[in-house]
Amino acid sequence: MNVHRPAPQPEADSAFQPARPEAVAIEVKDLVKRFSPEGSAALNGISTWMKPGGITGLVGPDGAGKTTLMRTLAGLLAPTSGTVRILGQDPLPDGPLREQIGYMPQKFGLYEDLSVQENLDLYADLRGVVGEARRESFERMLAFTDLARFTDRMAGKLSGGMKQKLGLACSLLGAPKVLLLDEPGVGVDPISRRDLWRMVRDLARSGMTIIWSTAYLDEAELCDEVRLMNEGRILAAGTPAELMGAMLGRSLHLTNLAAPRRDVLQRALRAPEVMDGVIQGDNVRLVVRTAGQWPDLEPLQAGPEAALVEVAPRLEDAFISLLGGGPGGDSPLAVVTHAVILPGHTNQDAAIEARNLTKRFGDFIATDAVSFRVAKGEVFGLLGPNGAGKSTTFKMECGLLKPTSGQALVMGIDLKQSPSEARQRLGYMAQKFSLYTQLTAQQNLEFFSGIYGLQGEAQRLKMEGMIQAFDLGPWLSQRTLDLPLGFKQRLALACSIMHEPQILFLDEPTSGVDPITRREFWTHINALAQKGVTIMVTTHFMDEAEYCDRIGLVFRGKLIALGTPDQLKRDSITPDCPHPTMEDAFIHLIQAYQAERTEVAS
Amino acid sequence: MLYRLLRLIRKELQVVMGDKKTRLMLVMPVLLQTLIFPFAATLEVRNATLAVYNQDAGAASQELLQRLSRTPSFTRLLPVHSEAEVQAALDDQTALVLLRIPQHFSRNLAAGAPAPLQILMDGRRSNSAQIAMGYVSQVVQSFGAERGAHPTSRLVLRNVYNPNLDFKWHVLPSLVAIITTIGCLTVTALSVAREREEGTFDQLLVSPLTPAYIMVGKAVPGVLVALFQGGIIATVAVFGYGVPFSGSLPLLILGLVCYGLALAGVGLFISSISETQQQAFLGVFAFMVPATTLSGYISPIENMTVFFRILAYINPLTYCIRIVKGAFLKGFGFADAWTAIGPLLLISFCTLSIALYLFRRHIA
Amino acid sequence: MRAVNLRRLKALCRKEAYQIVRDPSSILVAFVLPVVLLFVMGYAINLDSSHLPLGLLMEDHGPAAVQFEQALKASGSFTVETGVPREQLIQQMTRGNLRGVVVVRSDFGAALAEGHGGAAIQVLTDGSEPNTASFVGSYVETIWETWQQQRGQNQARMDTLPIDLRPRAWFNPSTLSRNFLVPGSIAVVMTVIGVLLTSLVVAREWERGTMEALLATPVTKAELLLSKVLPYYLLGILAMVLCLVVAVLIMQVPFRGSLGALFVLSSLFLGCALGMGLFLSTVMRNQFNAASAALVAGFLPAMMLSGFVFEITTMPLALRLLTRLIPARYFTSSLQTLFQVGTPVSFLAGNALGMLLLTTFWMGLTTLKTSRTLEAK
Repeated sequence: MNVHRPAPQPEADSAFQPARPEAVAIEVKDLVKRFSPEGSAALNGISTWMKPGGITGLVGPDGAGKTTLMRTLAGLLAPTSGTVRILGQDPLPDGPLREQIGYMPQKFGLYEDLSVQENLDLYADLRGVVGEARRESFERMLAFTDLARFTDRMAGKLSGGMKQKLGLACSLLGAPKVLLLDEPGVGVDPISRRDLWRMVRDLARSGMTIIWSTAYLDEAELCDEVRLMNEGRILAAGTPAELMGAMLGRSLHLTNLAAPRRDVLQRALRAPEVMDGVIQGDNVRLVVRTAGQWPDLEPLQAGPEAALVEVAPRLEDAFISLLGGGPGGDSPLAVVTHAVILPGHTNQDAAIEARNLTKRFGDFIATDAVSFRVAKGEVFGLLGPNGAGKSTTFKMECGLLKPTSGQALVMGIDLKQSPSEARQRLGYMAQKFSLYTQLTAQQNLEFFSGIYGLQGEAQRLKMEGMIQAFDLGPWLSQRTLDLPLGFKQRLALACSIMHEPQILFLDEPTSGVDPITRREFWTHINALAQKGVTIMVTTHFMDEAEYCDRIGLVFRGKLIALGTPDQLKRDSITPDCPHPTMEDAFIHLIQAYQAERTEVAS
Repeated sequence: MLYRLLRLIRKELQVVMGDKKTRLMLVMPVLLQTLIFPFAATLEVRNATLAVYNQDAGAASQELLQRLSRTPSFTRLLPVHSEAEVQAALDDQTALVLLRIPQHFSRNLAAGAPAPLQILMDGRRSNSAQIAMGYVSQVVQSFGAERGAHPTSRLVLRNVYNPNLDFKWHVLPSLVAIITTIGCLTVTALSVAREREEGTFDQLLVSPLTPAYIMVGKAVPGVLVALFQGGIIATVAVFGYGVPFSGSLPLLILGLVCYGLALAGVGLFISSISETQQQAFLGVFAFMVPATTLSGYISPIENMTVFFRILAYINPLTYCIRIVKGAFLKGFGFADAWTAIGPLLLISFCTLSIALYLFRRHIA
Repeated sequence: MRAVNLRRLKALCRKEAYQIVRDPSSILVAFVLPVVLLFVMGYAINLDSSHLPLGLLMEDHGPAAVQFEQALKASGSFTVETGVPREQLIQQMTRGNLRGVVVVRSDFGAALAEGHGGAAIQVLTDGSEPNTASFVGSYVETIWETWQQQRGQNQARMDTLPIDLRPRAWFNPSTLSRNFLVPGSIAVVMTVIGVLLTSLVVAREWERGTMEALLATPVTKAELLLSKVLPYYLLGILAMVLCLVVAVLIMQVPFRGSLGALFVLSSLFLGCALGMGLFLSTVMRNQFNAASAALVAGFLPAMMLSGFVFEITTMPLALRLLTRLIPARYFTSSLQTLFQVGTPVSFLAGNALGMLLLTTFWMGLTTLKTSRTLEAK
C-alpha cells in the first residue's frame, strides 16, 4: 500500500521502564508463550511488574497478547518459558493462591440460564464464602452494583452494563487481593463503563491490586499505571502522565478552518513534520515528530483564520508515536473510485432518509418515529448504547428489516416497496467483517463482485484495482480465517465497494483494531466521501464519532440529539465540565433526556 | 441474474469443500456405512447353532442330522442330552433353535406312521429364529418326502430380481438412497445456519439477490452433492460388491435429482428454523432416523400401523429407494419409475414452497 | 487428584440441574426424542408380516384349485388379489405393490390327482426385498403342505407327509417381533441420550466462556467431572423409567425381569454412554463437532452393531469382534433377556462385566484428557 508510513520500529522500552520498586504484587520475567511450535509467539518476552494497590491498565489492540497475559497471570495457561509470580507465588498449580486472585474473563463468565442470585451463590460456594461473611458480601455486592432489585432475573436477560457489574461482583467474592479484569468495558455504552470505573476506583483505594485490560486508549488514561502492548511485547510502561509527558509540545490543533476538514487533513498529512493526524470535531488534530517543529500553514490551504494551537497530549498520541507514526492521508482508493453522480431526480440533501421510522417487536418499540436526512457525500454517525434502537434503525435503512411504519429511503427509493432497485447501489460492511472464513481472499473478492453483477473483463479489472489499492497481493490464496485483523478489515471493505455503490453502510467497522489500522481505514473512507459517496456508520468509539460530519444519538428508540460533533459538545457544556469530550457529551445528553422524561412523568 | 445465481452456487460448493466439518460429515458416514453396513445389516441367518436333543437310536435320525449339518445357516450342531441342557442351551442363547427328536422316530417313519418332531426357537430373537426354522422345515420336508410312500405334487419357487436372495442386493441400492440423504441434508441444513453464525447472511440479504434466488442457490449444491455421493456408492455397489444394474442410468439420475430437490426443501426448512449449526444438525438427525425407519428399508410398509403407513407414503426416502432398486434390480422403465418420481415432485414442490415462505418471513 | 469438596460439588451440581431444567433442548433430547424414537421404532419396524400383498393367477378353475384358493385367502398371512391378468400382476410386483405372485397352473387338478410329483403351483417372489421374499416363500410352502396334508386326511389317502413338525417358541410365545425389537430400541435410544446430552454439556461451557471462569476458582478436576456425570446420570435414569413405562404400559411389551437388575445394568450402561459423551465433549470444545461425533460414534454403531435388529452371529468375524467394544451390544442383550426371559444372573453378569470394563475405559480416558488449565491436553 503506498501510504507514507515508516517501518514500525518500536522505540526501546528502556526509555519507558521506570525502576522496580521494593514491593511488587505481580512480577513477570521474560515471559514467552507459544501456542504451537511453528506459530508466532503470543507473548514475546514480557518483563514487567505491578505495584500493590491501584489500577494498572494493559492497553493494546486485538492480538496484542493482553488476554494471553491475563490468563497466564490467572494460572490458566502455562508459560512456554519465563516466570510469573503473584504475591510471590506461582499461580499455575492448585494452591491457596487461587482464592486470592479474582478473575473476570471476556464474556463475563456468567451462566445465562441462572438468575443473578444463583450466579452469586455459585461463585460464593466455589470460593468458600459461607455463613455470616457470605450474607454480608452479598448485601454489599448487591448495593454496590445496584442489582438488588434484579436478584431473580436470569443473567441472560440483563443488559450489557448489568452483566458487566454482575461479572465484577462474582469475581470479587472471597475478597481477593488481586483482581484481573479482561476487557470488562468492551461493547458496553459509556454510561455503564463510567459506573464500572467508579466501582473499581473504590476497590483500588481500599488496597486491591487491579489489572484492567482494554483496547480503548482513553480508558487507559484513567489508570494509575499503564502497560502499552503490541504484538506480544510491552512497548512502554509508566504512569499515563509520564507517557504523555514525553509527548509534551507535540500535539497541536489546527483551528478555525474555512476549508473542508478532510481536505485539510489530507494536505496536512503530507507535511514532513507531521507524524499523525485525525479529525477532532471542527478541528484537525496533528502530532508532530519533534516538539517545536510545526508544519507550514501555506500549503494546508485551511483558510485565512486558520491557526495552529498546542493542546494537551493524549495517550493515543503516545501510542502512535511508539508505533512509528500513523499512515498518510492519501488513499489509493481515490484513484480507482469514480466521482458519484446521483440519478437526476434525487434530492442531493437526502441521499439517505428516515421518515418517522418505527419498528415494533410485539409490544416492544425498538425504534420510535426516527427522522433524519443525510446529504450526498456526508459521513453520518449513528450512536447509542446497546439495545437503544441504533442497530434496528441501521438495519432498516439497509433493507435488512422491514419497518412497522414510516419509511426508510435510499436515494428517494422506498426500501419496502422496491428493494432490489436500491440494493445494487448500496454497499454494506457487517460487524466483525463478515467474510467467508473458509474461502480464500481471492474467492471472496470473486464472489462479492459476482453477485453484484460484475463479470468478465470488468470484474477482473475491478478486482485488480482493489488488490493493488489494499495491498492484498501476498494474501490472495490465504483463507480469510488466517488473515491478520487489519487485512480482514481491508478485504471486507474491498468486497463492499467493488460494485461502486453510491451509498455505504458500515456497522462498527473498526472494533478491536489498533489505532494505526483504524486511521488507515478512515483515510479510505474520507477518500470515498470526497468522491461523493454517502456513508452511514455506527460505532462505540467516541473518537470515531468525531470523524463524522454529523451524529445522531439514539436512546430508547428515539433520536435524542442530531448535529455536528462540536454542536453536541457545545450543548453539553456545564459549569462542572466546560470542555466536554465526546464521551461527556454522550453521557450528558442521555442523562438530560432521562431527567426530562421523569419530570414529564411526575 | 443467472450469472449471479451461478456465482452463488459456486461459492456454496467452495464453502462445502473448504469447511473441514462439512467435509468430514460428507465422508465419514459414507465410509462407515459402505464398509460396515452391507456386512452387518442383514436379516439372513448364518453361523447359527442348532441344538439337537436326539432320543432316537435309529438310522433315520442320524441321516436327518447329517443333512441338517450341511446347510449353510448352521455352522454348529450342538448335541444336548437332557431336559436341563435343553433349557440351558436356550436360556444362555447358545443355540438359536433346538430340534427334539423323540424316541421312536426312525421306527415310525419306516412303518409309515406319523412321526412328530419338535422345534424350539429362541423367541428373543424371533425374526432370525423363524427364518432358521424355515430352513430346518425345508430340509425336514424334503427328507420326509423322499422317505414317504407317495411323491406329492411340487411347488416351484422362483425369486424374481434376486434369485439367491442376496441381502447385499437389497442393502446397497438402499444405501445409495440413505447416504445421499445424509449428504444432501447436511449441506443444505447447515448452509443457512452457518451463514447466520458467521454473519454473512446479512451480507447476502443486502445484495440484489432476492430470497427466492438465494434459496435456489442453496438448494442446487445440495442436489449436486446428492448426485455425487449417490454416484460413488452406486459405483462401489456395482464394481465392488457385484450388484447388477439392469435399468437405465438417465432414469436413475433423474430420480436422484428429484429426490435431491425434495430433500433440499427439507434441509432449507430445518436451516431456517435453526439459529446455530448445532441445532440444524440435531434437526437433520431428528429427520433422518424416522425417515430411514419409515421408508420400508428395515421392514415393509404394509406391516406398519395406519398412522405410520401414512407417514411412510409422504416420506421422500420411500420413493427414492423404490427408484434406485428399480434401476438396479428391476429394469425400471419410465412408466414404472413415474409411480415414484411423480410423488417426489409433489413433495419437492411442497417442501420448497414452505422453505421459501420461511425465508421471506425472516426478512420481515 | 485432590479431594472433593462437598460444598463445591453440591454447588456445581445445582448449577448443572438449573441449566438442564431451563434449557429446552435438554428436555427435548432427554424426554421428547426418546419417546418419539421409541414409538417410531416400536410401531414402524414390524417384522411380523401379516398382510403381505400377494397376487393370485388361477389358470385352473377346477374344484381342487378353488379349494386351494380358499386356503390361501383364509390363511391370514396374505392380502390376496385375484382376477387380474398376468402382465399386470408382474407389473405390480415390479412396482413394489405386490410381494409375490402365485400361479395355479392349468394342470393343477390333474397333477394333484395323479400324484406323480409334477409341478402344480409356481410361486414368484419379489427378490428385491429378500426378507419378505423368504417369508412369502415359506408361508406359501407351509400353506401348500398343510393343505395337502389336510386333503390327504379328508380323503384318507396315504400321501400324507410323515414328518410333522411342531414349532414352539421358548420365550416370547407370541413371537411378536415388537417384543424383541422394543428392548433393543430402548438401548439405541438411551445411547443417543447418553452420548448426545453429555457431548453438548462440556462443549457448551467452553463456547460460552464459563469454563474459563470456573477454572479460575479453586475447583478441582474431580469436582468438575463428577458435577457433569451425576446430574446427567439422574436424567438418564429418569429417561430410562420413561422408556420402561412407555414400553410396558403403552406398547404392552411384557417385562419379566427384576427391576433391581434393570437398575444395575442401566446404571452401568449409562456409565459407558456418559463417559463416551464427556470424552467427546472434553476433546472437542465446540458443540457442533461434539454433537456430530457423538452421533457418528454412538448412534450408528448402536443401530447397526448392537444386535437390535441385525443378528450379530450372522456378521463376519471382524465385525463380531468389533461389537464387543460397543456398550449398546451388552445393553441390548441384557434388555432383551430382562424383558422376555427373567433374571438369569450368570448370563447378565457377563454383560455387566463388559459394560463395567467399557465404563472404566471411557471415564478413565476422560479424566486423563480433562485439563485443569486452558491448555488442551
